[in-house]
Amino acid sequence: MAQATQVGFWKKHQRSLAPWLFLAPGMLMFLIYVIYPIFQSIGISFYEWDGLGPKTYIGLQNYKDLFDDDSFHTSLINNFIWLMLYLLAIPAGLAVALFLNQTVTGIRLYKSLFFFPFVISQVVVGLIFTWFYAPGFGILPHIINFFTGTPTAILADDRYATYGVIAAGLWPQTAYCMILYLTGLNNISADQVEAARMDNAKGLKMLWYIIIPQLRPATFIALVVTVIGALRSFDLISVMTVGGPFGSTRVLSYFMYEQALSEYGTAMGYGAAIAVVLFAIMLVFISMFIVRMLSQERNA
Amino acid sequence: MFPKPIAQTGLWTQRAYKIFLPLALFLWLLPLIGIAITSVRPASDLASGNYFGMPSGFAGVENYTAVFKNSNIGWYILNSFRVTIPTVIGAVGLSCLTGYALAVYKFRGNLAVFFMFVAGNFVPFQILAIPVRDLTLHMGLYNTMTGLVLFHIAFQTGFCTLFMRNFMKALPFALIESARVEGVSEFRIFWHIILPLVRPAMAALAVLIFTFIWNDYFWATIMAQSADVRPVTAGMNELKGQWKVAWELIAAASIIAALPPVAMFFLMQRHFIAGLTLGATKG
Repeated sequence: MAQATQVGFWKKHQRSLAPWLFLAPGMLMFLIYVIYPIFQSIGISFYEWDGLGPKTYIGLQNYKDLFDDDSFHTSLINNFIWLMLYLLAIPAGLAVALFLNQTVTGIRLYKSLFFFPFVISQVVVGLIFTWFYAPGFGILPHIINFFTGTPTAILADDRYATYGVIAAGLWPQTAYCMILYLTGLNNISADQVEAARMDNAKGLKMLWYIIIPQLRPATFIALVVTVIGALRSFDLISVMTVGGPFGSTRVLSYFMYEQALSEYGTAMGYGAAIAVVLFAIMLVFISMFIVRMLSQERNA
Repeated sequence: MFPKPIAQTGLWTQRAYKIFLPLALFLWLLPLIGIAITSVRPASDLASGNYFGMPSGFAGVENYTAVFKNSNIGWYILNSFRVTIPTVIGAVGLSCLTGYALAVYKFRGNLAVFFMFVAGNFVPFQILAIPVRDLTLHMGLYNTMTGLVLFHIAFQTGFCTLFMRNFMKALPFALIESARVEGVSEFRIFWHIILPLVRPAMAALAVLIFTFIWNDYFWATIMAQSADVRPVTAGMNELKGQWKVAWELIAAASIIAALPPVAMFFLMQRHFIAGLTLGATKG
């Protein structure tokens, strides 16, 4: 009898219970490791805490301290520079994609090799560019010397170091955007292109009025991954400059690491406050992306 | 096709393209070519200032053997595999389940759960770092493979769910409907009908996650303290400090560390690109 009602219950509610059973393991992991920690970090940012001893509630003091901290200002400005310059990867990626969107022999291999930098870890990219920039060893100082007469050690100069690191990041990021656009170009409506050719559209005009509008989905994804990539930048800074010289290449993610996670970092509350600021900045973009994806969902 | 196929252009454009294509590739990969040549240079070249000229000899064997002899890199590579492979299996497995739930069932909160996964996937790592490290510490899993793997699985489930759900949404729903009419249970539909159909998506996710996790540096740095759990990305940074200006060794180690994801990319190229560009064509 009991079993019969059980089977009956399962049979009746199978359709409504099944999705939650399928969701349970993945959702539980995600809630524990991703969603809940966000709120925990926000909580920690109101405390003074060395990570081991007792926590002391200090309200907004960590945020007030941040406001007066020059390192925080440098990080914030650098995050902004990263974001602006990283966006160059989008037109650059489009340019490379247009250059490679041909059908000559061996083009497939060319495309793969152009994509190469994205597959390599940022640690290795960082090492490669450190070597590329290294005074004496590297090629770039020699080239600069040839034109200006003074070899510049880019990563040792606080005026140029951040730009040097960003240039290294643009290398794989451009490759990523290129592959997105190559896929987009592959799916462009041939009819529209032919029709536009009949109307004598060509070159930049064709690109601007016919091609780019059709590449919108690719552009949207390129924008998402580039913005997130720029604000997440950490690996390259850690490998190439460790935040230096004189802290000039710090960004929020690296500054947070120094304060709370590195060997000498014990300022958990302060670090959490930095992370919350970075999170708040990213939340603006995340919300924009979600709103757009949601409206697509509704239209689908 | 845009731009105009090169075969339809003038003779000079065709010639220019043929010359410019390899030249552009050479310039694009110049940093990489430099490091590859450096990795086979004899140390004496670097000492005597021969950085860019022809290597005075081939020291590839010596340099690469020296890397393995003078460092733990063999061990680090093994660690990277020990983190990467379970993560790939775990994240792809979990996301088959979550993706199925979100793609096939209509229920209250479906979109909310879906966008929770999507949004979580974009957050900065730093906002998770302190609590996650603490949690791992409390579970007694700090500085272990399991601790690192569990976090990676959980986090990657976000991206994988987005991917799987969108892939499954495009499957013919009539297939599921007719199975339901036949009285096939929900789980059997998932196992026998859906899973075989999503194999391409699983392959695409597997190569992508392999690359992401292999290349992870942040979590490797903060969750693995000792050499016996340290993955190769964190290990590389340590070697850089240790070898200072022995660039021929750093170069060789870089090539070794980059090799597995590169091999993966070339073997599974089609899946890799399909995974990376999902959504770049529609919507």
